[in-house]
Order: sequence, then structure tokens, then C-alpha cells
Amino acid sequence: MTQPKRVPPSILSAVFAISFAVLAYQVLLMRLFAIVQWHHFAYMAISIALLGFGASGTFLFLARAWIQRRFAAAFVVNALFFGISGLAGFALAQHLPFNPLEVVWRPTQLLYLLAFYALFTVPFFAGANCIGLTFQRYAHVIGRVYAVNLVGSGLGALGMIAALMVLAPQDILKGVAALGVAAAAGAALRLARHRGWVAVAVVMGAALVLVLPPSWLAPVMSPYKSLSMALNVPGAQVIAERSSPLSLLSVVQSPTVPFRHAPGLSLLNQTEPPAQLGIFADGGGPMPITAFSGDLDALGYLGYTTSALPYHLLSDPEVLVLGAGGGADVLQALYHGAHAVDAVELDPGVVRLVQDTHRTFAGDLYGRPDVRVHVADARAFVTASSATWDLIQIPLLDSFAAGAAGVHGLSESYVYTLEAFETYLSRLKPGGYLAVTRWLKLPPRDSLKLFATALRALTRQGVTEPAGRIAMVRGWNTVTILVRAADIAPADVDVIRAFAARRAFDLAYAPGMKPEEANRFNILQEPYFHQATQALVGAKRERFLNAYKFDIRPATDDRPYFFDFFRWRSLGEFLALRSVGGAGMIEWGYPVLFATLVQATVLSAALILLPLWLRRRPVRSSVGTGRVMVYFTCLGLAFMFVEIAFIQRFILFLGHPVYAVAVVLAGFLVFAGMGSAIAPRFAAWAEAWMATRVKRGPVRALGPTGWAAGLVACGVLVYQAALPGVFAVAWDLGGGGRIALSLALIAPLAFFMGMPFPLGLGRVNAHAPRLVAWAWGVNGCFSVIGAIGATILAVHFGFGLVIAAAALLYALAGVVGVTARAGGGESANKR
Amino acid sequence: MTGGIMTNRTLKAGVLVTVALGLCWGPQALAQDDPFAALRADMIETIAEHARSAASATGRAHLSPQIMETMHTVPRHAFLGRNTLSPRPLAQLAYADRPVPIGHGQTISQPFIVALMTDLLAPEPDHVVLEIGSGSGYQAAVLSGLVDKVCTIEIIPELGKTAAKAWSRQGYANIEARIGDGYYGWEACGPFDGIVVTAAAGHIPPPLVRQLKPGGRMVIPVGGAFVTQQLVLVEKDSAGQVTTRQLLPVAFVPLVRGAP
Repeated sequence: MTQPKRVPPSILSAVFAISFAVLAYQVLLMRLFAIVQWHHFAYMAISIALLGFGASGTFLFLARAWIQRRFAAAFVVNALFFGISGLAGFALAQHLPFNPLEVVWRPTQLLYLLAFYALFTVPFFAGANCIGLTFQRYAHVIGRVYAVNLVGSGLGALGMIAALMVLAPQDILKGVAALGVAAAAGAALRLARHRGWVAVAVVMGAALVLVLPPSWLAPVMSPYKSLSMALNVPGAQVIAERSSPLSLLSVVQSPTVPFRHAPGLSLLNQTEPPAQLGIFADGGGPMPITAFSGDLDALGYLGYTTSALPYHLLSDPEVLVLGAGGGADVLQALYHGAHAVDAVELDPGVVRLVQDTHRTFAGDLYGRPDVRVHVADARAFVTASSATWDLIQIPLLDSFAAGAAGVHGLSESYVYTLEAFETYLSRLKPGGYLAVTRWLKLPPRDSLKLFATALRALTRQGVTEPAGRIAMVRGWNTVTILVRAADIAPADVDVIRAFAARRAFDLAYAPGMKPEEANRFNILQEPYFHQATQALVGAKRERFLNAYKFDIRPATDDRPYFFDFFRWRSLGEFLALRSVGGAGMIEWGYPVLFATLVQATVLSAALILLPLWLRRRPVRSSVGTGRVMVYFTCLGLAFMFVEIAFIQRFILFLGHPVYAVAVVLAGFLVFAGMGSAIAPRFAAWAEAWMATRVKRGPVRALGPTGWAAGLVACGVLVYQAALPGVFAVAWDLGGGGRIALSLALIAPLAFFMGMPFPLGLGRVNAHAPRLVAWAWGVNGCFSVIGAIGATILAVHFGFGLVIAAAALLYALAGVVGVTARAGGGESANKR
Repeated sequence: MTGGIMTNRTLKAGVLVTVALGLCWGPQALAQDDPFAALRADMIETIAEHARSAASATGRAHLSPQIMETMHTVPRHAFLGRNTLSPRPLAQLAYADRPVPIGHGQTISQPFIVALMTDLLAPEPDHVVLEIGSGSGYQAAVLSGLVDKVCTIEIIPELGKTAAKAWSRQGYANIEARIGDGYYGWEACGPFDGIVVTAAAGHIPPPLVRQLKPGGRMVIPVGGAFVTQQLVLVEKDSAGQVTTRQLLPVAFVPLVRGAP
């Protein structure tokens, strides 16, 4: 088969459209899965994409000769199929009775999960076929195709985030499908025959996308999510909805049976909460917007939660609420006579709901002169601010159900890390308090992790007796921990005692408290909280941390997984006890991700090895399948390691996870795309330069592939060392400036990261063209394993190690690339 | 062929029932030809086993024999609502050691949890008990056989109606039910010796605490639809003082043995 000299613009446009659409579809599915099921199912979209890409690599490898003879037709069919199956798969999946909560009791539920996978794999398989087909056909000019693929993917991710800012996810589905049809139309221009039939097919595909009733694409939420349950109550209805890349917000009015949301309320409280609207984020919640007329007496119930404690130790305080939500904790501050409140909320949609949509209902809470609202990431806000407060209040934001299922297990949080605590403590006025409230979980987990974090933060600040600065009270379902920038005086401990006793709350820890003061009102089998906190302030602290069956070691910025309590050695015990409540103790985030990794690895092994086995006769090539495998494995893993670690590094700097994902993903893909387009010229230039300047030695032996990979390996390490310093200097730049600087920082590294892949693939094409699709499949599989593996590595060892591993992998790719080059070169000469 | 299977199954059930009768309590209501009796006997055995294994956490190695006896007679399968399953799988599901979905995002609790919650209430024949969240109606049916009167409130009308039908069909005459908001309790029906709050509660409504008699007990399961993580027991002493007790339904020590 002869290879055409250049890639026609219509094909390049089609590749761009399909690359854009495939990545946009993946991002969209992550959003939709989070709405329909739970947050951790977003990971499923990644492994489903893998299955599609891997299967496509295998398919193209096996069907190469047959399918390349029909290149344009195959492209058109696959692009059309992507569009149609992308819509149909989602519509059908809404009718599957898949219920992940029931898996513990009914393993046959896994069959529905399998069907779920099957439905969504099809569009990824079809989309990947289009890209892989083009790689195969134009492998000798792979740089350009790969560049278009990367830029398309990068803009697809960015475009989807932009689209989610203005449209609801289900409305965007059609747009993504339409892009598939457009790609089909573009490729159809290259057809020599059957143009008429194909035109009819494309028009019919477009018509199908247009006429499909939107109700078929409406996400059907699990009946066990809080929103579904709230809407079962007669008279309850959604009165406002806002969709954003962060979440789908639904405001529910429930006049017949009011929400009365007040977690942790004392049994001795006598005031009924006023009318409330419930904000549900992706069906979880609610966060209440409380009706407020200005009459503070109506808010009496807010004095009966554990989070009210710090107000009894301060008078007329200036308060910072980190995670203000619908405003409950702002009201609590006002009820207790706060002098001014800074309310920080991450989701602008939530702020708009309180500030605009339900302004009158909320009594213009966020428009009051004594309340300043800031839309920002909590941690980034405190880091960037130079102000100080009497009280920094971190309220209970997640719902108990979400916390209970451990679904946040692997969502990074920079709010509860050791470094965060140090920052908060440095922003307290003299005598000020940091207060953090969590749900009470049994056996205790997060409250103890917070306690351990506070202790270590104080120690790192040079406090010799940190135990004198912490207190902890617990009600029947919440725990509040107080940390003071100075010692808590005995008189203040008496105030804490009186506060707790009057509300039937228990002291878990306070300086100078006696053991008999613990476990009096909310009686546990053992005074777990008191025993554990005593152990943590004692000399055997490390032994206690190691012996505890949950991981309660403090989270750090390098290992920002506060919600991950999972320990392998406890899993067996939980599983053995699962039918009597043990299942409720398993923190599912980590095991689910680990299962995804195992599954991805098994699937990848099958998809990579299957074609080699199926062909029976070995693929003869001078470059060697083993080396091709190692080279593309390293690139797949390393690219994702760098990308994921950089997203983490930029979250704090850019102040918002969505900005970090958008800027880093788009930056890496687009600049890598440029690097890939330049790669052949870079190779030619490097060869020429070496021919004239360097006669022999390692620099000469490295060759362009080794050079590119080596540069990236060094670059990654330099960035790891230099980024914190750069960020520290650049805090004052403002939002736009920080985004521009981020892109400028990413550009050079990403540019060179785009080179090893096309250079390697070009070499494979020169010596073993059959292996091109296979190598692409290997890279695809390991990109997904890399995405999951980066998180698993970070949970255990931190992101520093992920970066170091990436550098090592690039170095290894460089070495393997060199060896391949030497072998390949000889073979080419022989030919 | 079918007849053969039927005979075989009846025979097997008969043998199991006889064994169960001999071994256990020999409840009078148990008819020899009840096809579910054997499944119920197994269910009771599983509950007893769970109770023994969780003894250190719950503080009771055995649940009250009266409760076990009552659960032995209550046809749990009749409370699965409009389930489309055919009788046999339905029965297996009903008596399996697991919660079962009943629609509207609700479940009928796992038999062991129902038994444990009932036991925590310490029901007596002259007691009046309030239930917030009738759900399937099974918990009220179990209580019905143990106390003088059960008053129960359900928010979701469809669930309330289905449960009411099941009670009347099975002849539970001492259950008074209504559909509505459970927050204010049911003053006219009270005061109560026991209250079960099976509806999800962010906090315990004060009116319920008020309607609890001195010496009364309130039980609240905490957790998701399919997993009960802990049970909260509220006790009001004779002086009207309230304390809560938090129990794990499972024997679990958070520290590795021998640690500090």
C-alpha cells in the first residue's frame, strides 16, 4: 500500500472534529455520571474511554489491510457511528436498573454495570477508529496528524468546560454527536465512489441527532440520591436549576414537609428552623437557604449546634466562613453578634442563587453591609489574603450520606491539609480560633485526622505544648474541633464545659479535662474520642496512628487526600462484617479506584497481547515489539503523570479546580500538539547539528528521540523544584495574569513532551508499519492506566513522587528510543 | 413434573418447619403448610447468629425471645409492595439477610436491624409506640404483635397506602396510620413508651422528645438506604432527663489488638 505524501485538509479537519468530540464526550460523561450516580463514578468514564481506545487499536491492527483499502468509507462510517451511538448509548443507559449501593447485597448488579460499560464503549471505539485509521494511513507524516489530534482534544476539553458554563449537560450531548456527523461529512469529501449514498447517510444521521426528543436524553438520577428522595415528598418541586462545570444545582421548595436542615442540632433545642429552600448539588445535599427577615430570634436553633461553640469564647468577632454555601453559617455568625463576616464560596452558582434568584427569601443575606461574599477556592482565598480574623469557621458542607459512603475518598482537598492549617493559624488575630466541624462517624475517623493535623501544624509552628491549644466537642451526629493561636485558658475551658453541658454535648478533648467528663450525654460503648485524642497528644502518638484501623495521618499539600481513611489491612475485617454494618465502614473511594486500575490493567494486557497472539506468526520488525511496547508504555504513563500532577500543582495557584483542569489540560495538549508538528523539523535540525558539531559520544548516540525525552525528563524535575517559588512570587498577578503565566510555564515543557510520540511512531512506521496502530493502542491503554495510577501513587507517596516517576519514565523512553534507533538504522541500511 | 417439585418442596419445608418447631419456640400461628415458614426459620437463625457476633457492640448476646417469636410469624414477603417478582424469588428476597428496595428510594430494612431496633425499644404488651416513616409497614407489623398500639406516620402517600393495605390484609388491627409530616409527632395518639424514627433525620425533632414518656426510648438508625451504620438510642429517665447512646450494629474495635 502506498502512502499519500500529504494529509488532505478535509481529513485533518475531520480528525480535529472527532478528536474534539471524543474528549468533549469523555468530560461530559464524567459530569453526567456524577449527576446520575455518584462522584466516584466519574472515574468510570476514564476506564470506559480506555476500553474503546484499546479495542480500536486491536481492531485496526488486525483489520489493517482490509480497512485501509476503504479508508475514507471506514472513517465516515465510524464518525457517524460515534455520533449516533454516543446519543443512543446514553438514552439506553437511563433505562438500566443499575444500583451501585446494592452491589454489597446483590452481586448480580455487576451485570448491569457490564451492560453500562458495553453501551458507552461503543462511541469511544468508533471515535478512536477514526483517529487510529488516520495514524495508520499517514504514519509517515504522523507529526501533523498527531498535532491536530492533540490540539483537537485539548480544545475539546476546554470547549466542554466552556459549554458547561452556559448549557445543561444533556443539551450538549447533541452538539457532541453533531460534531461526529460533521466529521463524517468532512471525510466523505474524500470518497471516490458512493458519494450519493454516503450523503444520504450523513443527512439521516444529522436528522436523527436533531429530532431525538430531549426527554430521551434527560439524565435519570438514582432514586437513592438526596434530591430524588426530597422530591418524593408531596408538594416538593424544583423551582430553579443552574448547571456549571462544577455541578448541577437544583433548588427545591418543599412546603408540605419543610427541610428544617440543621445538622447536629442538640436534643435540647426548642426552636424549629424557619422555612428553607434546599440547594442540591448533583442531587446531593441539601444546603439550605434559610428564610431570614432580619429577626435574629428566629434563628435560635443555630445556637444549639456544636459549631456554635467558638462564638461563646469570642465577643463581637470578625469571622471568615470558608464554604458559605446557602448561608447557614453566615446566619449563625450574625446570630451570635459577629461584627463582620467574610463568606467564601467556591461555586458562583450557589452565590448567585442566594444573592439574586432567592434574594428576598434569604433576606438579602449576601448583600448586607456586614457580609462580604467572595467567590473563590477557600484555601487560595486565605493564602492570597493578608487580612486576619477572630474566627475562621470551616463548616460542614458535604452531606452525611456522601461522607458516609466515602465517595469523597479520592477527591483532593486543600482545605484540610497540614499546610492549610498552618496558613489558617497565621491568619488569626491574637486569641482567635479556627473551628472545623465534621459529621460524627463511628468508629471516629475524620475528626481524629483533623486533631492530628492541628497538633502537627502547631508543632511545626514551634509551639511546644500544642495540646493546650485544642478542644473538641461532640453532639450525637457532629464533632467540632477548635484550635487557638494561643493557649486556651482554664476559664475558657469552663466556658466550653458549660456550653457543652447546656446542650447535652460531650467534651472529647479540652486542656485539663478529666476522663470522667467524657462520654456523659451521648454515650458510646467506649469513650473513643477521648481515648484517641489522649493517645494523639501522648508520647505513643506514632504507635497509635499506625495501630488505628483507619488512616488518620494528616493530609499534606503533596498528599491532599483528607477523605481517604482506607487501610488495606482492615478491608478483610470490614468485608467479613459487611452484612451487619461493616460495609458502612469501608471508605469506598480508594478500593473503587484500585479496582478500576486492576480492571484497566487486565483489559490493557488483553488488548495489547491479544492481537499479537491472534496473528500467530510473529510481527517481524527490526525495532522489536518489546522495545515498541516499553517505549510507548513509558510515554503513555509519563505524559499522564505529568499532566495530573500539574493539575494538582496549579489548583491552588489558579484558585479553582475547574480553571486548573481547563488551563493545564488545554495547555498541555495544545502545546504538545505544536511540538509534535515541529518534531520532524526538530529531528532533522538535531541530526544536522550533531553531524557537524558532535562526532561521537553520548550526545551523538542519543539522537533526536533521546534528546527530546531527556529534555522533558530534566524539565519535569526543574519545574518540580522551581514552581513553588514562582507561585509565591506571582500571587499578586490577579486572575488573568495567573492564567497567562500558567500557560507560559506549561508551554515549553509541553512543547517537548509532544515530540517523543510522533518521532517514535515515525520510526515504527519506517520499520514495522503494521505495528503503528498497535503502538498507538499501547500508548492509549497506558495513558489511562497512568491517569488512575498517578492518583494511586499520590495517595501513598505524594505528587512529588509522581513527578519523579514521570522523569524516570521519560529517561527510560529516551534510552529505549536510542536503542531502537540504532537497531532500526542498521536494518534500514540493509534494506 | 411440576407436581413432583411441589410435593418435594412442601415435604422439605415440612421437615424444616418441624425441626424449627422442635428447636425454637413453636409459635402457634405457624401453619404446617405455610410455604414461607422454612425461610422464616432460617431468617430467625441468621438474626440470632448476628446478635451473638455483635454482642460486644450491642451489649446483648440474645434478642428478646418474644421479638424472635413475633418475627417468626410476621409474613415479611407481604410487605414488599408492588414487587413484580414471582412468588418464589420474592420470598427468597424477602427472607434473605439484606435490605430490599420497595420503590420511592426506600428500602425494607435488613431483618437483623429490624430485630435489633425493636429490641432496643424494649417493648411491653401495654406500650404505645410511635413510628415515623412507615415505609414498607414491616416494622409496624412486628411491633404490632408486641405492644398495645402502634401509631405510624408516612410522608410518601403511595408507600403509606401500600402499607395500610398490607396491614389490613394480614389483620393487624392495632396499627393506626396516617400520611403526613412526622416532625410534630402524633400528640393525640401519645404519649409514647417508644418511638422509632426510620425516616432520614438531620436532627431529632423536639416534639418527638416531648411526646416520649419518662422512662421511654427512641431509636434512630443512621446511615444510607442500604447500610445502617449506627443506631442512636435516646432514653428519657423518670426525671425527664435525656441521654443518647450510640451503638454500632457490629462488633468492631478500631484499634489493632495490643496497641496503646
